Amino acid sequence: MARRTLIRAVLFLCGVAAAPPLVSSWAADVSLVQVAPGIYVRPGAVEDATAANDDAIANIGFIVGRDAVAVIDPGGAAADGARLRARITAITALPIRYLIYTHVHPDHVLGAVAFAADHPVVVAHARFAAAWGERGAYYRLGLARILGGDPAQAGDALPPTQAVDTTVDIDLGGRMLHVAAYGAAHTDSDLTVYDDQTRTLWAGDLLFQDRIPALDGSLTGWLTVLGQLKALPAVRVVPGHGPAQLPWPAGAADEERYLTTLVRDVRALLKRGGDIDAAATTVAQSEKGRWKLFDAYNGRNAITAFKQLEWEDPP
Amino acid sequence: MTSRLFALALLLVLALPLQGRAEDQTADAARWQDLRQILFANHTLAPAKGQIALEAPDRAMDAALVPVTVTLDPGLPLKALYLVVDNNPAPLVGTFHFGPAAVPVQVKTRVRVDAYTHMHAVAETTDGRWFVTDRYVKAAGGCSAPATKDAALAMERLGQMRLKTVAEGPTGLPKGAVTAQLLISHPNYNGMQMDQVTRNYTPARFVRDVTVKSGDTLVFQLEADISLSEDPAITFSYQPKGPLSVTVRDSTDATFSHVFQGDDKG
Ligand SMILES: [Zn+2]
Repeated sequence: MARRTLIRAVLFLCGVAAAPPLVSSWAADVSLVQVAPGIYVRPGAVEDATAANDDAIANIGFIVGRDAVAVIDPGGAAADGARLRARITAITALPIRYLIYTHVHPDHVLGAVAFAADHPVVVAHARFAAAWGERGAYYRLGLARILGGDPAQAGDALPPTQAVDTTVDIDLGGRMLHVAAYGAAHTDSDLTVYDDQTRTLWAGDLLFQDRIPALDGSLTGWLTVLGQLKALPAVRVVPGHGPAQLPWPAGAADEERYLTTLVRDVRALLKRGGDIDAAATTVAQSEKGRWKLFDAYNGRNAITAFKQLEWEDPP
Repeated sequence: MTSRLFALALLLVLALPLQGRAEDQTADAARWQDLRQILFANHTLAPAKGQIALEAPDRAMDAALVPVTVTLDPGLPLKALYLVVDNNPAPLVGTFHFGPAAVPVQVKTRVRVDAYTHMHAVAETTDGRWFVTDRYVKAAGGCSAPATKDAALAMERLGQMRLKTVAEGPTGLPKGAVTAQLLISHPNYNGMQMDQVTRNYTPARFVRDVTVKSGDTLVFQLEADISLSEDPAITFSYQPKGPLSVTVRDSTDATFSHVFQGDDKG
C-alpha cells in the first residue's frame, strides 16, 4: 500500500490504477480514430498508469499533410511511442517532420524517444524546456518504478528545437497547422494545434472529458484559456483525455462546469474564513460521480485551487 | 552554498529508499531516537499530557502541502516550538521562538512530506521543561515532487505577503488577543529537483527566517528550513501592541518586509 500511494504521489497525473492489472496490453488493441481527413487519434485509457497499460493513458496522434506528418504528443512511454510510430508508418510513407508537445506531462511526452531517428523539428511551449528540466527526471523515475524499474522503458523527451511563445504556423504541404501557446492554465506549458482545413482543434489537456481534470497550472488562467478556445471557429476538438473527439464548443461544457465549481466552492470557503484543511473534503463534491478518478484527484485540485485563490483580493 | 547543495543531494539519495516502504515501527523508532539525539541532546522530552497536541491529516491529498496544527496549553510558559517531520531529508521544519506579544495557544502551518513518516512537535518552556507529541502521516513525494505550478507567477509575486484576521480563533484565547494568518509568496525551492539536462539540482532558495513584531514587541521568530511548503502560511495569535511588522529573509539573504496596519497586503 505504501508503494502504491507513493507512486500515485510521484506521478500524480499517472499514478497507479486502483483496479487490478489488465491481462493484455490495452494500448496494443485500441484502434486509431480518424476524426477528420488526415487527423488520427489514439484515445488513451481513462485510468492511471500501470505496467499493463504502458502509460498509454493520454490521447495522442498525428496529422498527415501532402508532404509530411506532424505527431501531436508522442505517447506516455517508450513502447507507447513506438506503437504510435508503427501505426504512422503503416498509414503513410511521408516523413515525420514535426513532433509537437501539448504540454510537459509525462503521459504525453515520454514516447518521444521512439521518434529520435526521424530527427523531427520538436515544437513546444517556450516554458517547456525549463519545466521539463525541473520535472523530467522525476517523471521518468516514477514511471520506471511503475513499469518495472528500467528507466529506458519509461522513455524520454526529445529536447524542443522550436520554442513557441505566442503562435507558430507549421506547413505540412497544403495543410497549415496553427500552433498557439498560452499562459498558465492546465500547466504553464500548454499549447494547442488548430487545423484550418478541417476546423479541428487539438486541445491537449486544456480539455478533459470523462477523466477528472488535473489542475497543475492556474485555475483562473485555465478558465480564461477555455473561453479563448471556445471562440475559435472549430467544429470539433481532440481532448487530452476522454474520447477521440467532441463537438466544439459544446465539448467544453463538463470541464467548464467542474472548474467553475472549484472556483465557486473555494471562494465560498475562503469567504467563510475556512481553512485549507477543509478544502480537500468539501470542495466540488457536487461533481462526484460525474468523473472517473474523482476520489484520487479532486482533493488535490481543491487544495491547489485554495492555495491559488487565497491570494485574491477580497471582493 | 555548494557544500550545502551537496549535502542536500546526499540526503536525497539516503532518503529515497524510505519512500516506498510501509510503516516500519522499529526503523521509525530508531530514526526518532537519532533525531532526538541530534536536535535535543541534553534534554528530557516528557510525553505530552495535554500540554501540546499535533493535528495533521492521516493521509494527505497533497504531499507538498500538508496542513499541520499544533495546539498548546494556554497555561504553559512557552519559549519555543519545534516541528519535526522525521523521514524528510531536512527533518526540522522549523523552530518558533515566541516573544512577549505572542499568545501561543495554537500555531498552524503547511509542510512538505517526502515519505510516510512520524511527525513530532516539541514544546520548550521558559522554566526549562520539554514536552513532545507525535503523529503518523501517510504522504510521499512532497519534497522531490515538482511543486511550483506557475513559475512566472512565483517570481513575479516573490516576497509579497497577505495578512488575514481569523474571525474564529482557537478556544482559550485571552481577552484582546487576535488570531491572524500570514501568507508569504515564496517558491521555497528546496534544491531537490534535478535538472535532467544539466544534471544539476534547481538551486535551493527558501525562507530561512520570519520575524513578526506587534509594535516593537516580538510575537515570534521562525527559523525555517526546506520542509516548509511553497508560499509559507502561518496562523498564530498575539496581543496587538501596534501595527504588525513582518520581515522575511531567504537563503539567498534577500529580505522582504512589510508593516500591516490591518488586514492588508504587502
Ligand atoms: Zn496533462
